[in-house]
Amino acid sequence: MRRKENIKSSDTRRGLKRAALVLVSLILLGVRFASAADLYPTPEFSNHPIPQSQTPAVRASWHEPLDLVFLAVALAAASYFAVRGRSRAGLFTLSIVSLAWLGFWRKGCVCPIGAIQNVTQSLLDSQYAAGWMVLLVFVLPLAVTLFFGRSFCASVCPLGAVQELVAVRPVQVPPWIDHALGLLAFVYLGAAVLFAATGSAWIICRYDPFVGLFRMTSSAKMLALSAAFLGVGLFIGRPYCRWLCPYGALLGLLSRLSWRHLRIDPKGCVQCRLCEDACPYGAIQRPTIALPPKQRLAGRLRLAGVLALAPLLVAAGACAGYYMRNVFASVDRNVQLAEEVRADESAAGRAKGDSPIFAEAKIGTVPRDEVEAFRGTGESVESLYAAEARIRRKFAIGGTIFGGWVGLVFGVKLVRLSIRRRRKDYEPDRAACVSCGRCFWYCPEEHQRQELIQIE
Amino acid sequence: MSEKEEIGRRQWLRDAARFVALGGIGTVAGWLLYKQRAQAASGCPSSAPNCNECGQAAGCRQPQVWQIDPNRCIACGRCQINCVLDLSAVKAVNCFALCGYCDNCTGYFPTADYVRNTGAENQLCPTGAIARKYIETQAGVPYFEYTIDERLCIACGKCVVGCRLMNGSLYLQVRHDRCLNCNECSIGAACPADAFRRVPAAAPQLLQRAAQAAEEALANKRHKKT
Repeated sequence: MRRKENIKSSDTRRGLKRAALVLVSLILLGVRFASAADLYPTPEFSNHPIPQSQTPAVRASWHEPLDLVFLAVALAAASYFAVRGRSRAGLFTLSIVSLAWLGFWRKGCVCPIGAIQNVTQSLLDSQYAAGWMVLLVFVLPLAVTLFFGRSFCASVCPLGAVQELVAVRPVQVPPWIDHALGLLAFVYLGAAVLFAATGSAWIICRYDPFVGLFRMTSSAKMLALSAAFLGVGLFIGRPYCRWLCPYGALLGLLSRLSWRHLRIDPKGCVQCRLCEDACPYGAIQRPTIALPPKQRLAGRLRLAGVLALAPLLVAAGACAGYYMRNVFASVDRNVQLAEEVRADESAAGRAKGDSPIFAEAKIGTVPRDEVEAFRGTGESVESLYAAEARIRRKFAIGGTIFGGWVGLVFGVKLVRLSIRRRRKDYEPDRAACVSCGRCFWYCPEEHQRQELIQIE
Repeated sequence: MSEKEEIGRRQWLRDAARFVALGGIGTVAGWLLYKQRAQAASGCPSSAPNCNECGQAAGCRQPQVWQIDPNRCIACGRCQINCVLDLSAVKAVNCFALCGYCDNCTGYFPTADYVRNTGAENQLCPTGAIARKYIETQAGVPYFEYTIDERLCIACGKCVVGCRLMNGSLYLQVRHDRCLNCNECSIGAACPADAFRRVPAAAPQLLQRAAQAAEEALANKRHKKT
């Protein structure tokens, strides 16, 4: 009984203490408010008017419609050169013009590659709506690709153009490396969509390897990346386009459906085999030879096995994605901030009952700018944690879908590699072909068409 | 099935798939365009709390630009080093309507190692971008006007931190005669205070609450005089 009373009295004492604390802090707060309102008044001068702060307007946006016109004209010209004109010189010249205009003059922003993120966030974030200019920049090359193949990659995209320029000694990459690395572009596409959909980061813009070159300035590590891509690009044609570009991955898919695609030969293939190694991008498919029945059976069995494996890959990918949700979520700034605030709070909590010196030693580190800034806004920690939980939930769903997507990409690749399509002639691989026009040079039919040679 | 028939069938499938894809792209683009128009008509599409002119639909259809919300900015100095431009597009701005015209300006003179002398070594600004001009002495108190030379300002934010000890009339803003308006602002990605946001290009400035009030009061005063 007595013990109970003791507890009670200690409770009241604690309550009193708390009340006093609240009172003191209220007074302190009051003082702070008073001082905040107590500004040094702006004097009234006898003959000096108080000037207005300078507010420069947004630069005239006349160049944005102009960029769109350029994009449309360049796409039309590139399609003409690739499909009808069959002019490598035209494509090459146009790519230099595009590099100068969209790359060096307009500094490479906004581009259709990055617009993937604008469109994704626009679809999923009610607070954000992409402008009509960005939408058109995104849609125009897609639509053109559906009809004429990857004319955009051929000589409109400044990133492609700069790699096309430096590809002076391209070597053939073994197909297995090409196929394997080609998967990266789809993974990158998935990741870009994931982080844009959760509103966390626009990784395509952040890790654009050539924008630093266009602007002639960037961080050291991004400039090193540009140099690496250009250095590799001397010997391996268009490494970014083939193995990383997420928009190129999309265009490759659509290019398979193209209405009129670039042809290697002007009329019909004579199977002279001169073009076999013409393409630095591994996009020329050779004619197939009929297989003996035994191998055909093995091929069918392999296809059946791979078809059965594909759903398992999707499921495994989805599981892996779900388990990695917190790794993905740690990219988000709100999640990072919440973790820092939590660490700071728990350090402060642990340090509470100690003398100030020990407390400082226990906290150890000074809270970072982020935590200070958050405290400065006066927002509650609970609302931050709630936002964090919301984002983590988004990543749980998004991470699962992303994992499933990666599994699907691998599965579809395996299936495609197991399907043998009969081909009688040399043909461009519509997905991989960027319509650079190099193959024209090697075709004797083309030489005849241009009357460079005469055949009796 | 003959080979010819197979090729014909494949061609038909490709044509059909092409038009389905075209329809899909068109639908998505159309829907997004509609969404943008709808948001433009209903109000401000950005989450900018201070953009007063956002009731106008016409402004919102224009492209959006990046701006610093001075209410969140802590003037940490990262604007100086994270802009894609060599010389940051962010500049310090003085809101004259809020400025106290102090002689002992804490945005101009450092509070530590204070020497009352306007030599470059005694100024807070590392590039000497703040011009101090004597205006008038009232009741024995001299008043000075502080103007920022934007060609020299490097967006280090030192003056902003200093000025917050007094009136807080100095603040950082993205200057749109310089800003490239990148798709993802690289300073915004590095900003510790989450202060970067998209605002309509028609109203590209964001003022601090106190500065906003001071500007409005001054405008009213001017209006009354005329």
